[in-house]
Amino acid sequence: MPGLSGRMSTVVKSKISKLLDKAEDPSETLEYSYQKQMELLQNVKKGIADVVTSKKRLQLQEQKLQQQVVKLDTQARQALAGGNEELARTALERKNVAQTELQSLDAQIAELEQQQEQLTASEQKLRAKIEQFRSKKEVIKAQYSAAEAQVKIGEAATGVGEEMADVGLAMQRALDKTENMRSRASAMQELEASGTFDDLTTLGPGEDDIDRQLRQLSSGSQVDDDLSKMKAELGMPGGDGQGELGAGSEPSEDPAAPGPGPGATSAPDPAPPVSDLEPPAPGAGQGAP
Amino acid sequence: MIVRIATEGQYDVAEGDVAALNELDNAAVAACEAGDGSAFAAVYAQLVEFVRSNGHKVDDDELHGSDIILPPPDLSVEEARKAFQGEGLIPG
Repeated sequence: MPGLSGRMSTVVKSKISKLLDKAEDPSETLEYSYQKQMELLQNVKKGIADVVTSKKRLQLQEQKLQQQVVKLDTQARQALAGGNEELARTALERKNVAQTELQSLDAQIAELEQQQEQLTASEQKLRAKIEQFRSKKEVIKAQYSAAEAQVKIGEAATGVGEEMADVGLAMQRALDKTENMRSRASAMQELEASGTFDDLTTLGPGEDDIDRQLRQLSSGSQVDDDLSKMKAELGMPGGDGQGELGAGSEPSEDPAAPGPGPGATSAPDPAPPVSDLEPPAPGAGQGAP
Repeated sequence: MIVRIATEGQYDVAEGDVAALNELDNAAVAACEAGDGSAFAAVYAQLVEFVRSNGHKVDDDELHGSDIILPPPDLSVEEARKAFQGEGLIPG
């Protein structure tokens, strides 16, 4: 059969015959092959553990980001209530970036979940095949002459060998994907380290550059929407036409009380009163030494 | 006849279905050669689904070599192109 399947079959078969060619004596082939199977089974287990570890790391990152979103939202409200719209805008821009990252994290975690399930299924299948091979191996050794054994061994080893090649391929694909996500995750940690999602009250004097980058990264219209929604909730005029409605939109939703909000509790030191927050300016930030 | 979908498992497919399978395989190759990623994805998904729905799953504890091996279901058009050149999908 030509085509994709033909190409695939040829490649797999050559892998299997390479595997079987390692030993010349039939019983040696059996033992060698069995040993390889057990090694592969161990590797699959390690692979699954690897995927689980990566997934947990991403979940942890997700939690942290969720906390940041809440905190930045609170800070934007506080800033707005204190009359500092520029600062509120900066907080919302950061929140927007964090939310975009959250979405992509969600997708990656789902993908890893799927990889984990697939590898677990592969492991079970391989285990069943190995068990079958083990009992055939004993039968072959006990009951067949050398010539007959050769044929039987060929059959059994091809069956299990194909499964091994297949599990190897599944592992490789799963780990490739995991690796991709790992590099993405560390890129995001760099973003975090550079202060992109930081508490606004802890920013140092270098923040202007970050702000400019953030403005490029985040979609301005989303931030504008958030800002006018927030203004509407606070009963302030401004933003778009909706802002005029003031209390008309959902007054029950998290009233933005001025003063230190719940988000401030996890910051190293309590957030100072909003009125003390200055818009980012070199030398003016209270985070500056 | 035993058909394996790589990374998924083996299916027992009736001989009479092989012609249809071949046709889909050829269509997938044509889309791959034309560099049409979305056409390839559609045809290849059809091919995989054909095996899943027309074949019977082979039990986990049965040891058979496959007559036909299909690449993994999430094969991309780039990977398909690679499968025709050099080493293919399986390393080593």
